[in-house]
Amino acid sequence: MLRIIKYIMYDILRTRFMFIYFLFLLLSTIALFQLDSEASKVVMSLMNVVLMVVPLISVVFTTIHFYNSYEFIELMLIQPVNRKVVFWSEYLAVTISLSLAFLLGVGIPILLYGANASALMLLYSGLMLTLVFVSMAFLAAVLTRDKAKAIGVGLLFWFYFVLIYDAFVLWVIYTFSDYPLEKVSLALIAFNPVDLARILMLLQLDISALMGYTGAFFKNFFEGYAGFIFSTALLLVWMVLPVGFATRIFSKKDL
Amino acid sequence: MITIDNIKKNFGALQVLDGISLSLNRGHSYALIGPNGSGKTTIIKSILGLVVISSGSIHVEGEDISRQWAYREKIGYMPQIGRYPDNMKIGQLFDMMMNIRKNSGTLDEELIETFRLRDLFDKRMHTLSGGTRQKVSAALAFLFNPPILILDEPTAGLDPVSVEFLKDKILKEKNAGKLILITSHIMSDLDELTTDLIYLYEGKLLYSNPIKQLKRETGHDKLGKALSSIIIQTQND
Amino acid sequence: MRDTMRNRCVGVVFYVSALFLLLSSGAMAKEWKLSPKQSIAEVVEQAQAGDTLRFVAGVYKQANIIIQKPLVLLGEKGAVLDGSHQHEILVLAAEHITVQGLSFQHSGRSSLNDLAAIKCLDAHYVRIINNQFDNTFFGIHLSNSNYALIEGNTLKAQALNEYELGNGIHLWKCKNARIVKNTITGHRDGIYFEFVTHSTIQENISTKNMRYGLHFMFSNDDEYLNNTFKNNGAGVSVMYSHGVSMHGNRFEENWGESSYGLLLKDIRDSEVIDNQFLANTSGIYMEGCSRTQFHGNEFKNNGWAIQLQASCNDNTLERNNFQGNSFDVVTNGVVVLNTLKNNYWDKYQGYDLDKDGLGDVPFRPVNMFSTVMERVPAAIVLWRSMLVFLLDRAEKVIPAMTPENLMDNQPRMKPYDYN
Repeated sequence: MLRIIKYIMYDILRTRFMFIYFLFLLLSTIALFQLDSEASKVVMSLMNVVLMVVPLISVVFTTIHFYNSYEFIELMLIQPVNRKVVFWSEYLAVTISLSLAFLLGVGIPILLYGANASALMLLYSGLMLTLVFVSMAFLAAVLTRDKAKAIGVGLLFWFYFVLIYDAFVLWVIYTFSDYPLEKVSLALIAFNPVDLARILMLLQLDISALMGYTGAFFKNFFEGYAGFIFSTALLLVWMVLPVGFATRIFSKKDL
Repeated sequence: MITIDNIKKNFGALQVLDGISLSLNRGHSYALIGPNGSGKTTIIKSILGLVVISSGSIHVEGEDISRQWAYREKIGYMPQIGRYPDNMKIGQLFDMMMNIRKNSGTLDEELIETFRLRDLFDKRMHTLSGGTRQKVSAALAFLFNPPILILDEPTAGLDPVSVEFLKDKILKEKNAGKLILITSHIMSDLDELTTDLIYLYEGKLLYSNPIKQLKRETGHDKLGKALSSIIIQTQND
Repeated sequence: MRDTMRNRCVGVVFYVSALFLLLSSGAMAKEWKLSPKQSIAEVVEQAQAGDTLRFVAGVYKQANIIIQKPLVLLGEKGAVLDGSHQHEILVLAAEHITVQGLSFQHSGRSSLNDLAAIKCLDAHYVRIINNQFDNTFFGIHLSNSNYALIEGNTLKAQALNEYELGNGIHLWKCKNARIVKNTITGHRDGIYFEFVTHSTIQENISTKNMRYGLHFMFSNDDEYLNNTFKNNGAGVSVMYSHGVSMHGNRFEENWGESSYGLLLKDIRDSEVIDNQFLANTSGIYMEGCSRTQFHGNEFKNNGWAIQLQASCNDNTLERNNFQGNSFDVVTNGVVVLNTLKNNYWDKYQGYDLDKDGLGDVPFRPVNMFSTVMERVPAAIVLWRSMLVFLLDRAEKVIPAMTPENLMDNQPRMKPYDYN
């Protein structure tokens, strides 16, 4: 498996996309730090990058890469190699390279300009979102038969989790505002990885406000490591489930 | 040897393979023919495990291939259109394949030498002409000295000299007792290379016998003629 | 020339105060030494006005000691007065009593009476200095006692329920009190003022009290300066008063559903100047607050820096820093009758072309989504999402939910340096 991962990584690095992604993150992070001396404000601006751009790039790159690697996958599959090994090698190679580009691109400036707890949490949630959306994009790729459709499905995932789902949550909260909604809203959030990553950031940036209106329930939930562990566990589920499904589909897929 | 037992495959509503049974043996060379869309490539892909059959079974060397992968080290496959990672150099491709197959036996580098591929090892795959790709595909198929060779349109796109080189190689391996399965539209090539004929029509097996027997039955000496008379005959039935 | 004048003045002041001391404590003042076996009440009985009672180390399990003459009670290190969880310990009912260096513990608890470690009834000029209070119901309780000095005391209580706790320092109907450098932890209210005027609360540290760090009602013309109120159940509450000066205090980490750094209710003609509001759920919550100046304050990392109810008018917010707050200003009204001027807002995205240090376009501190959250608090789980970002942008273009005229016309480009 390591051998195959090595060849895929080599292929990914050759396309320069990864380098451009890394450079984009690096430059925009440095620019934000230059514009603003305050680390917490930079983190807030970067949060938008992490919550929107990282999932988007992960989805688009993964689907394009998967279909560009079709020849390679085919070549591997006529060799005495397990299908799952080929698939997971693809998954790991894409995940590792996207994660590294993100961690280095955002992480290096953060370390240079001073890391604090919220900046580290930003790196963490960006990493988790990369893992989750690469996983989803693999699912989108195996569900479809051509590149354009796969990108379409991937973008749909992205759009749904970044925007549409939240609109639905807001609608629910608004409609049933006469009822106690703390648990419901938290449960709804659990069904969206972007929201989970956002909650991790809110725990850093807006803890004072979170302790406010929403009462004892949130206080108990968010105090200590409970919120962090809860979000991380759910994000891992969000990572494992799509790629698990994708593996099942791929192992039966006709090429 | 390969045993195919009543396999079926459908893509949605389209029935591509409709109950095909075959038994392919070592030392024989099979010509797999049929009109476009008759299921030739699907059979090959089924044997390779690229296509998962809907029902029936395929055994390679006595082993059921469903969800298996190790059996593929016994097969060398030359695709109709060789598609390879664009950014890879030919040399890297060969390195990688050797790396991945971890073949313990001796390598058969004859085609690499005769096609002079070593001089091109620094070229990237996307710069290659169709013919050169075919040469690479052929060289890869024979490289690991597998007992089974599956060649999908092996001579298409090759220059006449290379065609002769490849035919010689195929005959040599056949005589060495390997099982060879070839699809082609060039009857004269098949006439030279194969011992048995498998004729597919709309996912069904219409004819499967030694070519000698076919020629005897039809009274034609050329495979092409013999074949067309058989086709006319079956269509009349 | 001038120096000799000053020296002479100082000299005169010194002689006059020495004379005063002699007269008040009596030239023949006697010192009584007490040990735990002696009856304090008997010694108090025998002592003359101006005498000193010195408590040697040990636990004095004696309570309900009533002092009706001007005595000095001095505790040596380790002298502890214990109320056995049942009684009031000291009752001061005369003027000019001093209690210093003593430890008090285990006063009684009662839901009917305000049992205290030290209770002052009509006792003017008491001095309660450097004492320690452990698990007392009320610590220091003054009613109708003027000119008290309460300084350097440490009060600590522990209980799970609010009804098991009394206030740390409790003043009712007093004038001219000075409450300085005390540390109060774990009580119901750290410091409680009701009908207290012309008094000063200075440099106290009030933390982890179950209800308010400072609870302040019907108390006019008081000042509180440089205190720290941290991590109290509901922060600090100042209500139904006027003429209150609040300067240089720190309001910190008061977290909870209805927790405020500073709650102002029906306050007028007061000052909130040079304070720091750090990481509170709500920095300042004001209701019915008018003609009050908010200057030079620092609002940092609060959930809501200022919650301004529609009932507030004629207040001025000027030269304050707003940094890292989730929401800067939120209001439930549409008409706004308060002035915002020259504040620094870290969310301001305007420009300063004329380089005068003030932004050229006004800043509207009310965030649209905070208005939504006023109605549906649970919506906070969507804060900072793409959806909210887009809604907010839309609102900035076409204001529909936020008061249009609540704005800082001259926002400052750079934060003020208050160090």
